[in-house]
Amino acid sequence: MSAHEDMHAHDDHGHHHKETFVTKYIFSQDHKMIAKQYLITGTIMGVIGVIMSLMFRMQIAWPEEPNAIFEALLGKWAPDGVMDADIYLALVTIHGTIMVFFVLTAGLSGTFSNLLIPLQIGARDMASGFLNMVSYWLFFLSSVFMVISLFVEAGPAAAGWTIYPPLSALPMAQSGSGMGMTLWLVSMAIFIASSLLGSLNYIVTVINLRTKGMSMTRLPLTIWAFFITAIIGVVSFPVLLSAALLLIMDRSFGTSFFLSDIFIQGEVLHYQGGSPVLFEHLFWFLGHPEVYIVILPAMGLVSEIMATNSRKPIFGYRAMIASILAIAFLSTIVWGHHMFVSGMNPFLGSVFTFTTLLIAIPSAVKAFNWITTLWKGNLQLNPAMLFSIGFVSTFITGGLTGIILGDSALDINVHDTYFVVAHFHLVMGISALYGMFAGIYHWYPKMFGRMLNKNLGYIHFWVTAVCAYGVFFPMHFIGMAGLPRRYYTNSNFPLFDDLANVNVIITIFALIGGIVQILYLYNFFGSIFFGKKTVQNPWKSTTLEWTAPIKHIHGNWEGEIPHVHRWSYDYSKPGHDADFVPQNIPLKEGEEELQH
Amino acid sequence: MTTLLTIIVLVFILIAIWQMVKIFDLAQAKTETAIPGVATDKDNTMNGYLMMGFLAFIYVITIVCCVKWGDLPLLSNSASEHGPTIDNLMIVSLVIIFIVQTVTQYLLHYFAFKYKGEKGKKALFFADNNKLEAIWTIIPVIVLAGLIIYGLNTWINIMGVDESDDPLVIELYAQQFNWKARYGGADNTLGKSNVRLIDIDRANILGLDEADPYAQDDIITTELHLPVGRPVLFKMRSQDVLHSAYMPHFRAQMNCVPGMITQFGYTPTVTTAQMRQTQEIIDKVANINRIRVEKSKDLIAKGEEPLERYEFDYLLLCNKICGKSHYNMQMKIIVETQEEYEAWIKEQKDFKNSLIN
Repeated sequence: MSAHEDMHAHDDHGHHHKETFVTKYIFSQDHKMIAKQYLITGTIMGVIGVIMSLMFRMQIAWPEEPNAIFEALLGKWAPDGVMDADIYLALVTIHGTIMVFFVLTAGLSGTFSNLLIPLQIGARDMASGFLNMVSYWLFFLSSVFMVISLFVEAGPAAAGWTIYPPLSALPMAQSGSGMGMTLWLVSMAIFIASSLLGSLNYIVTVINLRTKGMSMTRLPLTIWAFFITAIIGVVSFPVLLSAALLLIMDRSFGTSFFLSDIFIQGEVLHYQGGSPVLFEHLFWFLGHPEVYIVILPAMGLVSEIMATNSRKPIFGYRAMIASILAIAFLSTIVWGHHMFVSGMNPFLGSVFTFTTLLIAIPSAVKAFNWITTLWKGNLQLNPAMLFSIGFVSTFITGGLTGIILGDSALDINVHDTYFVVAHFHLVMGISALYGMFAGIYHWYPKMFGRMLNKNLGYIHFWVTAVCAYGVFFPMHFIGMAGLPRRYYTNSNFPLFDDLANVNVIITIFALIGGIVQILYLYNFFGSIFFGKKTVQNPWKSTTLEWTAPIKHIHGNWEGEIPHVHRWSYDYSKPGHDADFVPQNIPLKEGEEELQH
Repeated sequence: MTTLLTIIVLVFILIAIWQMVKIFDLAQAKTETAIPGVATDKDNTMNGYLMMGFLAFIYVITIVCCVKWGDLPLLSNSASEHGPTIDNLMIVSLVIIFIVQTVTQYLLHYFAFKYKGEKGKKALFFADNNKLEAIWTIIPVIVLAGLIIYGLNTWINIMGVDESDDPLVIELYAQQFNWKARYGGADNTLGKSNVRLIDIDRANILGLDEADPYAQDDIITTELHLPVGRPVLFKMRSQDVLHSAYMPHFRAQMNCVPGMITQFGYTPTVTTAQMRQTQEIIDKVANINRIRVEKSKDLIAKGEEPLERYEFDYLLLCNKICGKSHYNMQMKIIVETQEEYEAWIKEQKDFKNSLIN
């Protein structure tokens, strides 16, 4: 290990002299700068994704009513301010794609894996700074393609974020399946390349570059979460890439991987022998692990923030690691629960019901361990802590309905209804966003050397928390009433007329919740320049990143990298005066290291 | 316009909040000795109480939703034989969820309130307890084992098709953006078909094999009529993209996949006429018509046609995104007595006679 340090120390020496504006802020190889690049790109994509959701929510609440906002933002897609049905589907599709991949995968995992892995394991930088830079710029490029796809003549991809063929494969089936879908596929292919480079880097860094004394069982849970997330990504993302490539072949080169026996617009197409169900399998082989790629990093961040702000060790450290491993393993064998009514053999459905419901066990262990971490703590209710508690709350509310959707018999009647929308938004959308916000409030001083405004943070949390329940709780009811998702308007079904007022209430909560994010954006961007200066360890945390100087230097620590002598959760340990003992403090004479 | 105004008002409220926060910050700055941006005891107290408030909010929103909209979910009044088994499983699951939700949210928010930080207080160093962890691993295991066994039992009963019941075979044929139904005719056997045989000019719209003797008496309709009490086996087909045949009142759904035939079977138990007489549907229809009358008033004021009165019918909806008019892809289902069904089917033209030569 010391050979590594020497090598890196030597590297740094060279870097310091050569840093220019371009190498420092644009083509930076410093993991801290790359983390910030990920965060800001993710934030911009997030703003686009949220505005889209507010637009289609207004359409659902006040269908076919002229709206000046539509006219201003959608132009030709909203003649006289009335939203077009095709663009409605496009908004839904791009909202899903952006939020899942660009915000909650790249924006969340990309930001915090990059920022925290080297700092918390005690490394000078990622294993390969260059690959890390390439990873970010591929992500940037894929974002650019996705944004460009919004402006093509026939409209962006509109087949749902799951892009099931044949709808996504045939331009005559839907206007968005032309150039828009091509750009979507290109964007996603680049995104996957970016994600793979990032993940490989995270895995190698965690395995090889831990500082002296940092054994795997002394790692903070954040690192465990990022590490396992990266492994899931490496296992499952290539499968989506292959699905995307095969779809490109079907679309552009006349192959029949996913298409067969199609008669559309008066003509028979030549495709024969392919199956859309094959695509569903390939898609969900990534698609399901993907939700854990989104939620595990958030779980890691929340575990760390909860322990720090409770001034207590995380309860059941080993059980937390075991449950991450169990969730990661199970996540790769449950994809079929998205396909209970796809025409798949019902016996296969039984198997997937079984594996799916098993995931509730490690999830329950995690939830109880978080709650127990609070018990008899000395809770510092900082904004980051509030978002962490909010995370556990929405994770429970959203997760519990999973036992309905994972049950094949029950899925028959709620499949693809608003019940599903409510479930996954709470359990992986809102929860992961809370995890991300918690991370931002907590590590903002590490990233920018300044503090976020705490009072704005409180308002941000409480309004968001109320709105999140206001939006998604009532949605369960209209879902169980049988209202399908992705309907441009429900006015063709008098059967659903009694759900219209629920949709209005949901949209009002969504608008308030969306608009309050402006406060957060103001706080985030304003504090970069005007926030109060921070101290080195504002949250009195034990982990190594807070032993690094406030001012960012390439190589993270001046002089030698700190060595580690204890696990990362020595909060309020008996026998110490302070209520936290950083990991780099040697054990006192006669002190036993707690190894749980 | 109203939404624009609402948004402008909200933006103003935001600006007001931001200004208030600034004042608040300035007031705090004088008294604050701690690190800026880190919670003080005062913050802990305030947010601790807000946590309890939020717990109350979660309970209130649950109760309000259940009281106001509790009659919306399809949990009773199913119209198929297997329907009640799904409904019962759903109710059992919902009860379990309700109990776990109530207890865990209470613990989470109550602890956040009870143990809110104070200067000088020391937290309990409590890192592990095997007994506790065993308890909350084993309890979910037991509950889930029960749910898995119950669920799989239900699923297998629903999805198993018993050919010895002599089910009525009906093809559900999906295309952008409408549904067709095809009955097997007197032989109750569907003739061979393939989209390559579609001949619009001759009105062979589903691509039936004209040479197949089984196809001759097939009957193609745009309404789905089902005799009550007889098992029905649906064979689903799609000619273009994925669709999903969703019949919520029968607790039935299956995707229609181009290139393959999928299936779902059930036995309708309540005729449309009977269903219209149930109290639940009478109330629902009355409520919907009240809403429609209100809406019609607005429409008349704008000089548009008022809405028609709503009468309950079973519906088949498309529940898989299928393109621009996905939101309007539906077919009426009519469940009727055997005699009514036979009278109706007799009036329909069979395939042989519907071809244009």
